[in-house]
Amino acid sequence: MAIPVEKVAGPRRQNKAEFQWSADQAPADFHERLFELEERGELVVQRVDTEYMEVPVKYGRTKKVPIGHTWHHKSCGQCGHIPGYSTSIFWVNRKLGIEYEDPRDQTSCTAWNYYASATSNAAAQAAVAMRNFAAAYETGRFPIIHCGTSFGHYKEVRHEILAHDHLREEVRRVMDALGKPLVLPEEMVHYSEWFYAMRHEIARHQVRDFSKIAVTVHPACHYYKLVEGDAIYDPEVYGGQRTAIVSGVAEALGAEVRDYSTWFDCCGFGFRHILVQRDFTRSFATQRKIKRMKEEADPDVTLTHDTGCVTTLDKSQFAARAQDPSFATIPVLSEAQFAALAMGAHPYLVCQLHWHAADYKPLLEKMGIDHEKCWAEFEEATARLERGEQQYLTWEDTDV
Amino acid sequence: MSATAHPTPVHSDSAAYKLGTTYPDVPYAEKERLFGEMKADERFADYLYGCYECGICVAACPSARYYDFSPRRIAQAAAREDVELIYQQMQEDIWDCSQCFSCLRCPRGNNPGGIITVMREVAVNNGLDSARQALRGYTRIIYKIMSTGTQVSPDMLQADAFPDWGPSVAKVSEKLDLWRRALPPDTHHTTTTGWEISTKTLVELYLIWHKTGALAMIEELDPSLHSLLEEVMEDLLDEEGYELD
Repeated sequence: MAIPVEKVAGPRRQNKAEFQWSADQAPADFHERLFELEERGELVVQRVDTEYMEVPVKYGRTKKVPIGHTWHHKSCGQCGHIPGYSTSIFWVNRKLGIEYEDPRDQTSCTAWNYYASATSNAAAQAAVAMRNFAAAYETGRFPIIHCGTSFGHYKEVRHEILAHDHLREEVRRVMDALGKPLVLPEEMVHYSEWFYAMRHEIARHQVRDFSKIAVTVHPACHYYKLVEGDAIYDPEVYGGQRTAIVSGVAEALGAEVRDYSTWFDCCGFGFRHILVQRDFTRSFATQRKIKRMKEEADPDVTLTHDTGCVTTLDKSQFAARAQDPSFATIPVLSEAQFAALAMGAHPYLVCQLHWHAADYKPLLEKMGIDHEKCWAEFEEATARLERGEQQYLTWEDTDV
Repeated sequence: MSATAHPTPVHSDSAAYKLGTTYPDVPYAEKERLFGEMKADERFADYLYGCYECGICVAACPSARYYDFSPRRIAQAAAREDVELIYQQMQEDIWDCSQCFSCLRCPRGNNPGGIITVMREVAVNNGLDSARQALRGYTRIIYKIMSTGTQVSPDMLQADAFPDWGPSVAKVSEKLDLWRRALPPDTHHTTTTGWEISTKTLVELYLIWHKTGALAMIEELDPSLHSLLEEVMEDLLDEEGYELD
């Protein structure tokens, strides 16, 4: 089932010309330069050499998304502050019987810091990226990137490595010193693209009915605004006029995707602002995003696909509510958590919703989940840790 | 950087006023030198193609809604090579940018957010006071990312650090160790880093900071932080048998 283009912005759409793909307007496909440098022996290209799915991206091109044998490039903010995000990504893989690697030989992309403080430079940023890519390559697994900013920044790095000989040489010298090859993956793949590619398979494993759930979607800026050619645009979702990411997953799971006028706006994260100047972040997130969504679409949940967006949209609502008790909050989830819940995941043992701030309990009730019972199960599980019966909970403990 | 004794007047609607700082005026040649550093960045030419003055970037910009800030002025000043205005923007405007890159909607193909990234690097490299001011309170994050390899950690979730995030932060803080042990992935049981990073990986990261000059950049911004980072990195590199050039 498709989301028709008429769903975009309602009657006002009549005044807008639709964007038409044109080979003349499209930027050069980076693959040409990538394979040229590979042929000259300047770098190694890690190919998608296992089973994959093809997804449509901007300019009418397609992109390979590997299904399994993946190397999960984790996200600082997801693992650190909203751990149910990465846990849900892993849980869905496991539930579908797909093996993956969760590596320790991985650093942050460090781009959050770079966009916040500029206390780095192009060579350092590229070297960090290439070190992580080399680490994935050494395992024979294909990198799949959890963070939207990592994904965006790595696309920028790829462009710079391909375009600037001097930078490429400088980074090669650093990699030589580390004893690592200069490697770029054939495709830059964000985890949400894996969810998009696998959405019908995920829907086949759905055990909870989401047909009464209305969602709004916040597409992450660094996913589709930075180096836009890699982002999924599907003619079946909004006629390919806007990125199909997340919306396609929600729609495949039977939820109603509702539009709102400020969908293009960023969340207000700001990189530096979220940490040391949150007055801006709070104002933007609540006034331009949450309030508009509530007034125009009244969703049960808003879904997004990036670390900063979940954090900003979720955490900013408390202060707005404290300042104005009539401010209506909206729960915020990643589509990975949403998909996991659809497949029967435990809201606390897997999705870790107790790390979230905005009230999600009405959403769980609408999904038919007894959150009080689930919380009791979580407390019983953690009590086993406190009693010393187990040191850690395991994946087996999530099947209650 | 040499400065004259003439502080630039700071207006109540300027970003510098909001940051609570003033900045020194400097000779024109110094402003030219700073602009020269911007232009020398290999990315600069990719980020600027002129300006239609259509304002699409401003309409898309979140910071323009809440600050006296305009990505169009950034692109215009760079295109006109107006070194006086560029210097002013480097002191007053660049830290307002959200770095979301919504301004890439530019029909001319400009990247005002990218120009600002380059301007910020120049500001940090030259130890501009406005950069120090903008990053006040942020340096602990620089320490975290450069020394541990992850940007934020679970133990940062303290109620007094995020009072505006509501009571969930205090609950997480109170139960942190227990709730981290309740996470199924083996890599997630950490509290001081986002995930468990191997020592070999950290060594390689430190070598990157050294070899690319990223660590040296910190010295201009915050000498104390630089000393601390240098000590932490050298200790680990020594332990692992690495000698720096």
